[in-house]
Amino acid sequence: MWLWSKLRQIDMVLRAGVVTLRYPFEPSPVPIDFRGAPSWDHHKCIGCGGCADHCVARCILVRDVCQEIRVMLYDGSRCTYCGRCADVCPEDAIRMSDSYQLATGEKDDVTTRMELFMLTCQRCGRCYELETKNAVDRLDLRGFRYDSIETRAVIRKKTERFSLETLEETKRYERPVE
Amino acid sequence: MWASLCKRMFGRSLWVYHCNSGACNGCDIEILNILTPYYDVERFGIKVVASPRHADVMLLSGAVTRPTLPLVKKAYDAMPAPKLVFGIGSCAMGGGAWFDTYNVTGGADKVVPVNYFIPGCPPRPEAIIYGAALALGLVEKQAAPIELKQLEFPIDAYERNAAWEKRNVIYELVR
Repeated sequence: MWLWSKLRQIDMVLRAGVVTLRYPFEPSPVPIDFRGAPSWDHHKCIGCGGCADHCVARCILVRDVCQEIRVMLYDGSRCTYCGRCADVCPEDAIRMSDSYQLATGEKDDVTTRMELFMLTCQRCGRCYELETKNAVDRLDLRGFRYDSIETRAVIRKKTERFSLETLEETKRYERPVE
Repeated sequence: MWASLCKRMFGRSLWVYHCNSGACNGCDIEILNILTPYYDVERFGIKVVASPRHADVMLLSGAVTRPTLPLVKKAYDAMPAPKLVFGIGSCAMGGGAWFDTYNVTGGADKVVPVNYFIPGCPPRPEAIIYGAALALGLVEKQAAPIELKQLEFPIDAYERNAAWEKRNVIYELVR
């Protein structure tokens, strides 16, 4: 009788078939509305910095390196894939792609660096004065920052009101290892 | 023959110790998910063990918080010598949204040397399997840094930029 029950069990198991996903050898499709790594369209981006302002993990850094060039750096190492940058983008330049195979040995492999051309004034030929006064700062436009791209640090304070205390606050991002 | 068979069967089978260093349990649920028959990582010889002394790989999930910091170090030291560390999730990779808060070390790589990072919040079970397959050499690495440029600026712009950065005091201070 036990043999019969075992045979029935084998039959039951065989009828179920294999349920295991053959994943690394066959691609696995993502569900609809899956939020993978965000991808930038640099032709659409106007460099408003709204994504950097809304980023929860503060992983989008904005840096005006000169009058015409604005560098936006996406540091994917701490991105939480919430999709708020794609939501807030007025030009739909950010799209949450469906790529999730991002495992890597280097943290820098998931970064996106984008150089944007910032248009200058048609009359005077410049956007703002870089060193003394900053028109964008003066307007108190949200989204303008002076982030340290090298150390991946967010500097919230405006350039004009920069002080050493601000710098000390900025250095908090690097926690001392005991 | 027996030795070669044993080598073939038992080689490259990663025994995994799962270490939660202050994660929100999202990554932990996904790690448990890959042990289910649907994702079944035991076909690669991956097995979760209870003690770090039995393990080859430490799956480190969570930004290492200050209370767990000595414990993570202890668990890492307890593992036998050829050891790998997988950082699971955005918290282990760069600290997540808490990378600069007072109680968080800010990424697992500031505490222990991490060999493979698996980003995601939480990563899909497929993403974790992909990381394990990457470590086993079954798949190719796909992630690469992306550089986008709206247009190629003349050299003059970059030189002016360099001169400006040289003059800029803030830049020097930050670096």
